[in-house]
Amino acid sequence: MKLNNFLNNKNITQDVIDLDRRGFINKFLEGTVAGSLFVVVPMGAGDIFHELAEDHEKNLLAMNPDAKYVFIVDITQCIGCGSCCVADKKENNVPDGQYRTWVERYVIDMLENVYVDSPNGGLNGFNEQRTDIENEIRDSFFVPKLCNHCEDAPCIQVCPVGATFTTPDGFVIVDGTHCVGCGYCLQACPYGVRFINEKTHTADKCTWCYHRVRKGKLPACVNACPTGARKFGDANDRNSEVSKILHSPAILTVLKKDLGTAPALFYIGKREEVV
Amino acid sequence: MDIAEFLFPNDTHPHWTLMIVIYPYITGLVAGAFIVSSTYHVFKVEALKPVARFSLIFAFAFFAFATAPLLTHLGHPERALNMLFTPNFSGPSMMAGFGYIYLTYGLLLIFEILFVYRIPMIEMLENKNTPKWRVLIYKILTLGSRDKSPDSYHMDHKVAVFLGGLGIPLASMLHGYVGFIFGGVKAVSWWFTPLMPVIFLLSASVSGIAGIILLYVLIKKWTKTHLDMMTVRALVKLLWTFLIFDFVLEMLEIGVHAYGGTEHWHHIHELLSGPLFYTFWIGQVLILTAIPFVVLGFLTLLKFSDRVVLTLGMISSLMLVFQVLFMRWNVVVGGQILAKSERGFLEYHPLWFEKEGILTTIIILSAPFIFLWILGKIFPLWNDDDNYEIKHQNDHFDNKIHIKHEKNDLIDTKSIN
Repeated sequence: MKLNNFLNNKNITQDVIDLDRRGFINKFLEGTVAGSLFVVVPMGAGDIFHELAEDHEKNLLAMNPDAKYVFIVDITQCIGCGSCCVADKKENNVPDGQYRTWVERYVIDMLENVYVDSPNGGLNGFNEQRTDIENEIRDSFFVPKLCNHCEDAPCIQVCPVGATFTTPDGFVIVDGTHCVGCGYCLQACPYGVRFINEKTHTADKCTWCYHRVRKGKLPACVNACPTGARKFGDANDRNSEVSKILHSPAILTVLKKDLGTAPALFYIGKREEVV
Repeated sequence: MDIAEFLFPNDTHPHWTLMIVIYPYITGLVAGAFIVSSTYHVFKVEALKPVARFSLIFAFAFFAFATAPLLTHLGHPERALNMLFTPNFSGPSMMAGFGYIYLTYGLLLIFEILFVYRIPMIEMLENKNTPKWRVLIYKILTLGSRDKSPDSYHMDHKVAVFLGGLGIPLASMLHGYVGFIFGGVKAVSWWFTPLMPVIFLLSASVSGIAGIILLYVLIKKWTKTHLDMMTVRALVKLLWTFLIFDFVLEMLEIGVHAYGGTEHWHHIHELLSGPLFYTFWIGQVLILTAIPFVVLGFLTLLKFSDRVVLTLGMISSLMLVFQVLFMRWNVVVGGQILAKSERGFLEYHPLWFEKEGILTTIIILSAPFIFLWILGKIFPLWNDDDNYEIKHQNDHFDNKIHIKHEKNDLIDTKSIN
């Protein structure tokens, strides 16, 4: 029923959160049942996994090419807890030392000196204060970073084999089975969000959790954010939170606008010091 | 306002390292050497005739290893052919064109070599002293042809001129597009300039000509055979010409950038006065460009003895071969150590024994020389190694000039020594 509501309204926020609770319980039960069967009938375990995989496919929603998905980061809401980074790492099995998303801490002193750091990509939060700043601090804030899913993505332009592409519903995705690992996309991305995955030796980056979105869920980081600093949804859906923000007087900016990449990642409260 | 250093967590080390430094270096040598060959074949600069064949074989030896650094670099070299099977032409990706341009150019180079060497190969095939393995190779490479008539010679010549002419734009494309790979990346301000393909092309010519001078003189001295000073002098002039355009454009590019003084220039300025100061200003510009520039200018404009031309020409060529390698380093590595966070620089120090380290680089850069030596066993590198061309001088429109050169200007290496 909730799923139908979701399809009809495309209201991706509250419905999806509710759906996610149910999903969690379902998955938990599935996991428990599958796990116990695994112990009881080890020879047939392969079939169980196969069935589960089929079930996975059944849950996929139809692609919505009319949607314009956007991601909004509200810098004024971010507390630098790092929950998003933890959720992302677990969801996407990101290797240590590589980051699909990270959080930067900006500290500006009274003399306008800007200090930026992101220890371990903000994965452990920011528990320790910077001790190297001598002057009185004027201001401090956190800036979460992730893939901008640009409309004119330079990474797609340069990929020699077409392993990186835009899905009909607007996500910039890497086909890890086709990527040759040349690293040209790493050079072309102005935001440094791409990396060569040390396990797969192919280009990797944030997908806005496309695999979750296609099941009606929110990206893992959005789901995990305790303050609502990360928002995701369909800008063409008038009822969505992102659409309301986009149509509000809030000042929305993008990163490195002059490069003409047309990012679909917007920031609220981004200062000029943020690159 | 101070800018404290901060790097994006994924952007902490250059991803394109020594392999991508030597890849444009190798293709540059290919393009440059081909230009030398075509200067004779197409533009009829007779003084370059003694190195015309050698330049072709030189180009082929390096061409054969142009993909070696790329394959070493790729995360999945077994998928390399995806570039041919599923090229991204909708971007379009400059890198996707590589396979096609590289293969087309390779075919052209092979055909050019086969036509230039057809008659010499038939002669060697018919020579009873030729070892059997070479006879077999010649049988395959001549495709069964045994025709040595003047008509067939002229036909070969015509085809070689046509292919040489076609090869100039193709060699320029092969290397110009390498410059495009860098020049089209707007995320890296040190790369993003429309002049990049032009600068790459000109520096490629410089490295190719310098390489030909070096090997021509060294091989001729080593084998104590006939060294044509007219050729060396002509190559020195050609080298200086290309160096003028190369150097001037490179400096103009930086000059215009600096004059514009945009935000991007401030980052480039920090790069050039910081981590790249020694390799760019001191190494590439001051020592390895300015000195050969002046020396080659003097050698071209004033009269000097053969010994002086030979010694200074060799030293300048050696410096320029390294200048272009420095240029590749400064572009490829320099662009990447400019942090995308716009707050500081990345660090890169090549190691000896890593996958894309110094040892691998030395091996890949040595391989073309070994291959050249093997090719030299099959294809005589020098025109005076066989007599066929001299026999047919009467049919050739330019025989007078050639004979004049032979009488007046050919100097034995022994007399120079």
